Amino acid sequence: MADRDIKHALLRVRRGTAIQAARYDQFQVPYEEGMSLLDALCWIRAHVDSTLAIRYSCINANACKTCMALVNGEVAYTCMVKLAPQVMTVEPLPKRLLIRDLVTDTVPEDEKL
Amino acid sequence: MPHLATDILVVGAGGAGMYAAIAAAGNGASVCLLDKGLVGRGGATVMAQMTVAVALGAAEPDSPALHLQDTIRAGRGLCNEELAELVCREGPARIFEMEHWGTRWAREEDHIKQVMAPGHSRTRCCYVDFLNTGPAVAATLRRKVAERGAIRRISNVAIIEILVKAGRAIGAVGLNLLDGSPVTFQAKAVILAAGGLTKLFSRNSASANMGGEAYALALRAGAELVDMEFVQFFPIGHLAPRLVGMDPIMWDPFRYKLGGKLLNGQFEEFVDRYGGADFGKYTATRDILSYSILKEVEAGRGTPHGGAYLDFRHISDRVLRNAFGPVIDRLLVNGIDLTKSPVEVGPMAHYHMGGIRVNTDMESCIGGLYAAGEAVGGSNGANRLSGNAITEAFVFGERAGSKAAAASKVIALDWDAKLVEGVLEQVNALKSRESSKVLTAAGLQGALQRLMWQQAGPFRTREKLADALSRIQEMAQNDLPALSVGNERPYNMDLHDWFELRAMLTTAEAVVRAALDRNESRGAHQREDFPMSDDTLLKNQIVELENNELASRWVSPTARP
Repeated sequence: MADRDIKHALLRVRRGTAIQAARYDQFQVPYEEGMSLLDALCWIRAHVDSTLAIRYSCINANACKTCMALVNGEVAYTCMVKLAPQVMTVEPLPKRLLIRDLVTDTVPEDEKL
Repeated sequence: MPHLATDILVVGAGGAGMYAAIAAAGNGASVCLLDKGLVGRGGATVMAQMTVAVALGAAEPDSPALHLQDTIRAGRGLCNEELAELVCREGPARIFEMEHWGTRWAREEDHIKQVMAPGHSRTRCCYVDFLNTGPAVAATLRRKVAERGAIRRISNVAIIEILVKAGRAIGAVGLNLLDGSPVTFQAKAVILAAGGLTKLFSRNSASANMGGEAYALALRAGAELVDMEFVQFFPIGHLAPRLVGMDPIMWDPFRYKLGGKLLNGQFEEFVDRYGGADFGKYTATRDILSYSILKEVEAGRGTPHGGAYLDFRHISDRVLRNAFGPVIDRLLVNGIDLTKSPVEVGPMAHYHMGGIRVNTDMESCIGGLYAAGEAVGGSNGANRLSGNAITEAFVFGERAGSKAAAASKVIALDWDAKLVEGVLEQVNALKSRESSKVLTAAGLQGALQRLMWQQAGPFRTREKLADALSRIQEMAQNDLPALSVGNERPYNMDLHDWFELRAMLTTAEAVVRAALDRNESRGAHQREDFPMSDDTLLKNQIVELENNELASRWVSPTARP
């Protein structure tokens, strides 16, 4: 397949910690039919910016329930959201304490050090 | 730096780890139950949608002895029969205990329902509907763990070193991922329940968090591993279209039940070309299926994603809906309409038979260092029988927890601050460098996964394995030390990835070396240059670290008592 035929998704991802000013980074991700948003976030970590903080475990079963974020303004599991070859905005959960980037404090109180 | 003292430290909070924690607490011990992700949500158990093999004798007369016979036959002469016997004997008690704790096993009439699974001589596999076994048992164990006041649950802490003093495990060093800071644990016993190594392979069917850390931690602590060459590849794991919300190995029972057809990229039946029978008969064993699919791909007759088609289009919508139940709607959400198009399937890493060498108390050769679940090696020999993985998670978990708790009653806590210093120096040195963004641990993990899949996957040769070994050593010696992970910041995944990669490289080397040494094909270890079994190799291979180098030797299999 020639390069010009490859579609891309453009992810706008909110970066930073609770004490930093909000910043949005844009990432262009090669799109393949059926890809999940979590696939795209993992692709960014492996190929563009490994410092992006995300939370996930089971990756494709929607069993661990740990990969939640705000996608285009709505709360969703990033593993269950289909990537689209267009602009998508990804932000951390709004009602949780922000740890960094897309990771919020979803650890139950009695499971902390 | 936080420092916690406990009787029992459990590393990994999946099925085996949670069971171990409950059993240890039930035997009077205090417990710290750790997970690098969230307690009860990582590991393999939560993803397992299939069945649990256990000789309840509910559907037809059955016994642990018959279950053991089937398990040993599947293991092709290499099972540690003492451990296998334990799984088969104690399995029924664990299933009833789980039911008592609230797991709703599918039932019929007045008993737990049991179904047939490949390799079993009796109808003995129970499950929770629909394809919900893993999530349901994980939920039961999470609830039970939370009820026990003696269990302290800690999420987002990854253990990076087991501390060993005079041949005994005395604690561990961990990293708190929330802020990147180290934390130390002092314990009378450490139970490694951090699962298998499926993450070593680019094609795998399990959670993304099992990079073989349990094996690497055990090796670094001085323990022995056994049977590391035996990685189970599941022949028809789901490849495409991208499917989320489902276990990738879900197709197998539907294929049997409904008569799904395996077709190559040109829509031809092909399994019979390789000595198996497919449609209507399904006598092809897992290794023949894997072989025939990969050979078709090699010959240029694969599907677009490098596998085979699984086709249900000849079956009516009504029959499909009856068989799949609500699953059919979950498939539709993924854009998969079985009446209109086939799916693509192919072999993928599914489970590891090898692991930490333990006795029937689940203790390794390092005093106070125990293992549970998939981290344990030996009980499945060269090939695991379907349905035995969750059974062993429960049985080994319970056993490790209760035995470690009993032993801890006569042991005092011990400590040696010097052991911690070296580990902390390494963490600080890593963090003092800025993240490069060019060569990253996440990127190298991907490279290692592709290497392992291509050179140490379902079909191996000396040439491919030797190439894998030299590249793994190169990555460990040159790339790993050159990686930087950036300075301290919250949820520094580079830091976590670095330690995970270090463990992955150690474990990958153990797998490849053991595979190179076994010049035969047996069970899950298939060598194209040695296609036959060689009964002079009816031995288990032990791998351990000697002066920082992996060394291996052969021992005779452990016979049943």
